[in-house]
Amino acid sequence: MSARIGVVTFPGSLDDADAARAIRIAGATPVALWHGDADLHNVDAVVLPGGFSYGDYLRCGAIAKFAPVMSLIIEKAQVGLPVLGICNGFQILCESHLLPGALTRNDHQHFICRDQKLRIESTETLWTKDFSPGQEIVIPLKNGEGGYVASEATLDELFAENRVIATYIGGNPNGSYRDIAGISNKAGNVVGLMPHPEHAVEALTGPTTDGIPFFTSVLKSLVGAS
Amino acid sequence: MIDSVEIAKGNPDTSQPWAELGLKQDEYESIKQILGRRPTSSELAMYSVMWSEHCSYKSSKVHLRQFGDKAPKTDALLVGIGENAGVVDIGAGWAVTFKVESHNHPSYVEPYQGAATGVGGIVRDIISMGARPIAVMDPLRFGPADAPDTRRVLPGVVAGIGGYGNCLGLPNIGGELVFDESYAGNPLVNALCIGSMKHEDIHLASAKGVGNLVVLYGARTGGDGIGGVSVLASETFDADGPAKRPSVQVGDPFMEKLLIEATLEVLHAGLVEGIQDLGGAGISCATSELASNGEGGMHVYLDRVLLRDASLSPEEILMSESQERMCAVVTPEKIDDFMALCKKWDVEAVVIGEVTGTGRLVIEWHGEMIVDVPPRSVAHDGPVYERPFHRPSWQDALQADAPTAQRLVRPSTPEELKQTLLDLISSPNLASKSWVTSQYDRYVMGNTILAQPEDAGMIRVDEESGLGVAISTDCNSRFAKLDPYAGAQLALVESYRNISVAGAKPLAVTNCLNFGSPEDPEVMWQFAQATTGLADACLELGIPVTGGNVSFYNQTGDSAINPTPVVGVLGVIDDVDRRTPMAWGDDGDLIYILGDSFDEFAGSEWAYLQGHLGGLPPKVNFAQERLLSEIMVAASRDGMITAAHDVSDGGVGVAITEMALRANTGARFWIPDNIDPFVFLFSESTARAIAVIARTEELRFTEMCAARGMSATRFGVVDSGLGIDSGYPGEQVIVIDSLFTFRVEELREAHEATLPALFGG
Repeated sequence: MSARIGVVTFPGSLDDADAARAIRIAGATPVALWHGDADLHNVDAVVLPGGFSYGDYLRCGAIAKFAPVMSLIIEKAQVGLPVLGICNGFQILCESHLLPGALTRNDHQHFICRDQKLRIESTETLWTKDFSPGQEIVIPLKNGEGGYVASEATLDELFAENRVIATYIGGNPNGSYRDIAGISNKAGNVVGLMPHPEHAVEALTGPTTDGIPFFTSVLKSLVGAS
Repeated sequence: MIDSVEIAKGNPDTSQPWAELGLKQDEYESIKQILGRRPTSSELAMYSVMWSEHCSYKSSKVHLRQFGDKAPKTDALLVGIGENAGVVDIGAGWAVTFKVESHNHPSYVEPYQGAATGVGGIVRDIISMGARPIAVMDPLRFGPADAPDTRRVLPGVVAGIGGYGNCLGLPNIGGELVFDESYAGNPLVNALCIGSMKHEDIHLASAKGVGNLVVLYGARTGGDGIGGVSVLASETFDADGPAKRPSVQVGDPFMEKLLIEATLEVLHAGLVEGIQDLGGAGISCATSELASNGEGGMHVYLDRVLLRDASLSPEEILMSESQERMCAVVTPEKIDDFMALCKKWDVEAVVIGEVTGTGRLVIEWHGEMIVDVPPRSVAHDGPVYERPFHRPSWQDALQADAPTAQRLVRPSTPEELKQTLLDLISSPNLASKSWVTSQYDRYVMGNTILAQPEDAGMIRVDEESGLGVAISTDCNSRFAKLDPYAGAQLALVESYRNISVAGAKPLAVTNCLNFGSPEDPEVMWQFAQATTGLADACLELGIPVTGGNVSFYNQTGDSAINPTPVVGVLGVIDDVDRRTPMAWGDDGDLIYILGDSFDEFAGSEWAYLQGHLGGLPPKVNFAQERLLSEIMVAASRDGMITAAHDVSDGGVGVAITEMALRANTGARFWIPDNIDPFVFLFSESTARAIAVIARTEELRFTEMCAARGMSATRFGVVDSGLGIDSGYPGEQVIVIDSLFTFRVEELREAHEATLPALFGG
């Protein structure tokens, strides 16, 4: 039986179908999770997809953390459930304090959609094992509030603990501190990433298929654990 | 005090503000005749918005009929003109619906919200057919790129389209960006949406079944956009400034996203008998159209409408254009399920009335009858005008002023030709559009196969089979100014060609006809010519018009915009894996031009850069266009072709530059025999495309072209190794033999720097 990976749909989630497709392509079974449903349906891992949950009102991700499904995810993530937050999902993970720091409006004030070059900085998380350290990839980036900010101390700590999983190269697209594109928690099971690996899983529709290893990585760790 | 039907009967001579509401004297008299009394103030409000040019098409109707009368025979059309949007069969049980609409005036007044709500409105048209929206695109036209007013309007329009569309989760896959003096003060913001559905999911706007309930759901009704239709869309801006510019509607894309999901869920659950979106003219339009299309009667309790502002009068509620609202007809047995699904998506819904068999649309306000009208008279039997028209006095002189070699100095030396190419690719009209399109999400939904700067946008409809659709919108309004009949046809053939070069078979047509004031006989002549030209061309190419939109009054004072019949063509491709991209492939691939190049520069980008507009536009050749289309589709299907690109704005020189930039690979070219290099590189003759063929496929491809009588001339070869010999080791280079050499990076810098320099990094 293939691994079951949940994809949460909040009102305003947009990339939930894309995340489910990426999970299928990676060889797992996507399971739709509803924001108002406090039930994780026995999933082995969770993806919080991109979009504008609750219209991004108040602050991006600020309302989503109070969703019934999130209280379960927050609880389980603290004891090892693999969680990947992409774009709005990353914002939700920061608002939920599963990850440090915050995402702010792009420094140039515009929404930006482009094919973005990244360097994989850490392959020690559950979601990045299938990359090689220092690997350069290209996946789509699309955000209006993707500038990663944190205190100097936190930034130092993230780098010291090898928790910066990817950095922007070839130009910082949104003013993120120290070119940070994604980070993980200390345990390496929770990862937040601003660019969109789920849009780079098919040669026909993506700029590359460089996004696939994010999803196959977590499957390997699930197989390894069971 | 409420002006009820009872009161209207009692004081027939009360003076009413029909003129302020945009009605003409004879229209007001005609309303009195229909009702046998003076209208109540609520009825007057309804008639005024529904009989406005924008809603009633009163000046255009007699010309638009041609799209139906001359429609080519086709099995592809499942739902034709007249519904919210036409529906086209694309095979395997799938159908698509698509439409383009204008939001010109609101976008000039309030660029961000005007453009945003333009997207919202067209998306609701698509969902009200039962389709899931799968992509949007936006044809945009502004005054001169360096004009202060363009800098005010353009960034807001782009941000509004992005802000709304991105938040809805719809990929934006193309469109147009054109600058021309004629749009100064009258920018054109057109919005297109395409949706897909299975055949059985098609829904229509009609209120059937006496006793069925009428539900209003979505956002609450507020004071925004009141009178927007009648005043904003149907009046010319005065040269001295805006006399009447009431509030433009304000959009909430998050609510629209919920509305899409809730609507598709109630439709798929079989809970809906009829459905209509609320756009221009709000509740007035939705109730009268639903009733008119159905059993003919409806009873509405207007005081049940959920309001954002409790102080709104019934007239204002009827006219409000608050966004993100829909109206559904539901049987009493299914109403609880309907309400439950709305609640699931946090969408407010309320039953505001029921379908009756009375043949009357009756509206009550706290027990008093404020509207009692035959719904057809509001929705469908509005006034029809045969506006007078005549050929403009200046038309002959304009056509006589051709851009001949005597009239305009042409570049002839290699240096001059090189500079001409650089000038063209860096001109605002031909420069890279990335400054705009990078603000739009093109990836969401994961089905985008091609997007701007490709010739057509292409979306995968069925993941299993790879069935997909392609869409393109086009119009060179300078051609339409020189000859509106030919101009509309040229817009169609360019769009048709863009679909074909991508490998898709053209199927159907939509249009957005942007013109000046219909009360000006010269503008009306342009409109009559353009509609006739387009209808004739659709018949020639065998593809029907499925719907569209007319926007009049795009003028400031006496000065109208160039006639701008924007044409959108939809095509189908059986397997998107076979799409033909713009970027050429490997070293050694051969570059062909299909079709013939003539000395045709009237209305061209080159002439525009010289500040010249005159002469007759390029000749249209339908037989050649059809042939080219068949060849491009066959070459894609049979795997003969690596890349292709339409030749239009800026000619062959610009086309090969765009391909090199897309591929980031150099190539060597030579000018074919017996043609002047300037004409070959920059003429805008029609029915031409560039095709890139692998050497192994060359014979098969050229034999196909020869057998079908299409001229195919080899004039280049892909070559990534030209840098060393050209003095640029390690760089990609384009060489045009015995003329000039360009580094691809040099071209890229020129192409990409223009819009950021104008509108900010």
